[in-house]
Amino acid sequence: MRYGETGYNLEIDLSRGNIERAETDPRLTELHLGGLGTNAKILFDRVKPETEPFSPENLLIFSTGLLGGTPAPGANRTIITTYSPQTLLMGYSMMGGFWAPELKYAGYDKVILRGKSSDLVYLWIHNDKVEIRDASHLAGKGAVETQELIRKELKEPNAQVAAIGLAGENKVYTASIEQGRSSASRLGIGAVMGDKGVKAIAVRGTKDVNLARPAEFLELCNEVLKYIKYRNENPVPNVMTILQGLGSPQEMLHVDEKWHTENFMWGNARTRRKDYWNKEIEEKWKETQLGVRKRLISCYNCPMKCGAIISVPGLSTYMMKCFSKLTYTMAAYSDLDFGFRIAQKATEYGVDGFSTPQIMAFAFELKEAGILTDADFEGCPSDNEGKFYWLLDRIVRREGIGDVLANGTYWAAKEIGKGAEGYAHNNIKKHEQLPLKLGMLNPVYFLMYATGEKANITQIEGQFPQAPFATMEEREEFVKDWIQVPDEKFKQIVLDWEMRGERSNPYYPTVDMSVDIVDWQEMMHYIDDALGVCAGLSSFPLKPPYHIHNYPKLISAATGIDMDEAGLAQVYRRNRNLIRAINVRKGLRRADEKPPEDHWKKRFPELEEKLLDAYYAFKGWDNQGVPTKKSLRQLDLGYIAEDFEQRGIIKNGQD
Amino acid sequence: MAKIKKKVKTIKIDLDKCNGCRACEVICSAFHASPRYGSNNPERSRIRMVRDPIRDVYVPVYAGEYTGAECMGRDRYVIEGKEYDECGFCRAACPSRTIFHEPDSGLPLKCDMCEDDPPQEKPLCVQWCLNDALVYEEREEEVEEEAKPGDVETALESMIDKYGLQTVMDTASRMAKKE
Repeated sequence: MRYGETGYNLEIDLSRGNIERAETDPRLTELHLGGLGTNAKILFDRVKPETEPFSPENLLIFSTGLLGGTPAPGANRTIITTYSPQTLLMGYSMMGGFWAPELKYAGYDKVILRGKSSDLVYLWIHNDKVEIRDASHLAGKGAVETQELIRKELKEPNAQVAAIGLAGENKVYTASIEQGRSSASRLGIGAVMGDKGVKAIAVRGTKDVNLARPAEFLELCNEVLKYIKYRNENPVPNVMTILQGLGSPQEMLHVDEKWHTENFMWGNARTRRKDYWNKEIEEKWKETQLGVRKRLISCYNCPMKCGAIISVPGLSTYMMKCFSKLTYTMAAYSDLDFGFRIAQKATEYGVDGFSTPQIMAFAFELKEAGILTDADFEGCPSDNEGKFYWLLDRIVRREGIGDVLANGTYWAAKEIGKGAEGYAHNNIKKHEQLPLKLGMLNPVYFLMYATGEKANITQIEGQFPQAPFATMEEREEFVKDWIQVPDEKFKQIVLDWEMRGERSNPYYPTVDMSVDIVDWQEMMHYIDDALGVCAGLSSFPLKPPYHIHNYPKLISAATGIDMDEAGLAQVYRRNRNLIRAINVRKGLRRADEKPPEDHWKKRFPELEEKLLDAYYAFKGWDNQGVPTKKSLRQLDLGYIAEDFEQRGIIKNGQD
Repeated sequence: MAKIKKKVKTIKIDLDKCNGCRACEVICSAFHASPRYGSNNPERSRIRMVRDPIRDVYVPVYAGEYTGAECMGRDRYVIEGKEYDECGFCRAACPSRTIFHEPDSGLPLKCDMCEDDPPQEKPLCVQWCLNDALVYEEREEEVEEEAKPGDVETALESMIDKYGLQTVMDTASRMAKKE
């Protein structure tokens, strides 16, 4: 018997309509855990780097994590992996919710889709019974609406459904996969699902998930719960509200948006409105939010309440999480009521709430600059909010200028030309970023932005404070119960880190310290993504309940695999290098590892080069960010070294 | 008549506090697994969430008695304008629905308040509900020992009312002979 995992993947060939239940190799679990780790292994082994994202040979992998569906709180993530049409690199996006545990209860760790269906279909996985069903009647239906329709059609109110909306069907590069209160939105994986002709995957499972050492595992889970309770009762002092607690930023709970509205950029990630927030706006926005918010809700087996049921009068109910309440609002220079209204439409269409508003604001900037013309906007209403609705429609339908914009700002700017590239200013690796523009370079964030394989800061940043504490008392207060640190040296950095002077940004934390800090942050994210544990309880917030000291015990007790901190760090390095290798084969090099030029006002080119050099050296990569043969072999990845040699990425005889 | 003390165990369910995470289902099925915590499977849980986020329906329900036959009619509650599922508050393991039946054998499930030796401080679902949607309450009630007639006595009384003592006695003795 396999523990933690089921030991089976579902292999579905959509071109042939073939479905197989395939036993997996337990050795791969030891090497890569599961989730993102084994997804990457499958992608490396089975999809050639030359494969186009919209090709039948590209795989779309839906995975549970190794701890998904066990009693470990918050182990509910679905990790979806493919080649991204937007970045042309490996695309992985994740969602919480209820889908992954249900898949485990149905008896599978992953669903691996290959080929393409000629007609629109949906998959129905009910324990051992798996069907490819006609979805022609669901064409054009909303992503939330589709989930409801399928549950009704199957007469299975407890089925969990992941679905795309019209944007996915039309292969819009910002298309998401939506499921209940969650969505896997980044990097265009919804477009790949649409390209494969799959409208939705419905799952219902009624089997057991087994544990190797149950009593020990439960004890560890109880400690995690106890710590969550403690943290909920004891917010971290001396940091801003949204950083004090656990979970993803509690945007559905908090109504005070002074910080975001005055520090994040409005429009096309352009304008900072320093004195925006006032009493009147506060009152109005509070009324709006409390008026539409029906309930704060959670994902599977998690006490946090990061999402909400949103019911705007006159519109169908949907669910929201995190920051999307402000992205449309701020892109359009509008208010929160508009944000909740257009997000309803956007959620049904199934689009990424980060990129899509920026694409629209980008388009209107181009119009103002005369790069796009009135002809491109024929039929567009003149009122500010109406024009955003109009453009959203054009984009998800790929009509007119919408067809160009549907590929994201990077590709659209290239196609439009006439200087449009200058307006696609907020991208890393061709992908739109948070609309955040800052003053002084922070060396830790520079590295995370530059080198993150997912090209999304929230998937890399984490539990090291974003800024120094003002006083020594505050620093001492912070480090005194900081049990999560892998090494005591991190406490000293926080104690010594000043707001001004010698020991301040950008030269402090020093280059070596910065590399160390980033490695820790990355390590926790890679472990979470392999285990299927929500970053909101681990890698993302300050002082989380999961950390490098209890994870090895949880993994051992769940699976029976011998695991200690050193062993887990080695798995992390292996997965980190594997994913880097996939992207290196896709052409990723040092030149691509660039935060937007205007991300910080004060830049330090020499220091930035030093940071990158040190980061690459620390990882065992050459100065182009390519893993060396020696380091690959140390991580049992010798086969990648051989592959690199055959492709001429590493020269013969070179280490 | 002697007074005896009876322990009454209650789980107070606050629907407004429920965030629908189903941790109660996870830990219940794990606690009742063999070996204990050796596996989990919400389908085996003795507490289930009747959950429909779009309609904002979040109702944790505990498995009560097994019933061999479904009701003659079904109930549907509307509270403050919100319509709940058919039989949405019912605790019976009933043939009309799949919940509270073992998924493989179909045998009924019933909440035992996590009876254990030594006893658990609270039922596990309550311990795992950090939002306090489930709150355990225990109280002692003094009851008169013989105040309540047994179920059989109550049933016989009504039979005698209807058919007369003689018919009931005759039937009982005939049945006794058959066995």
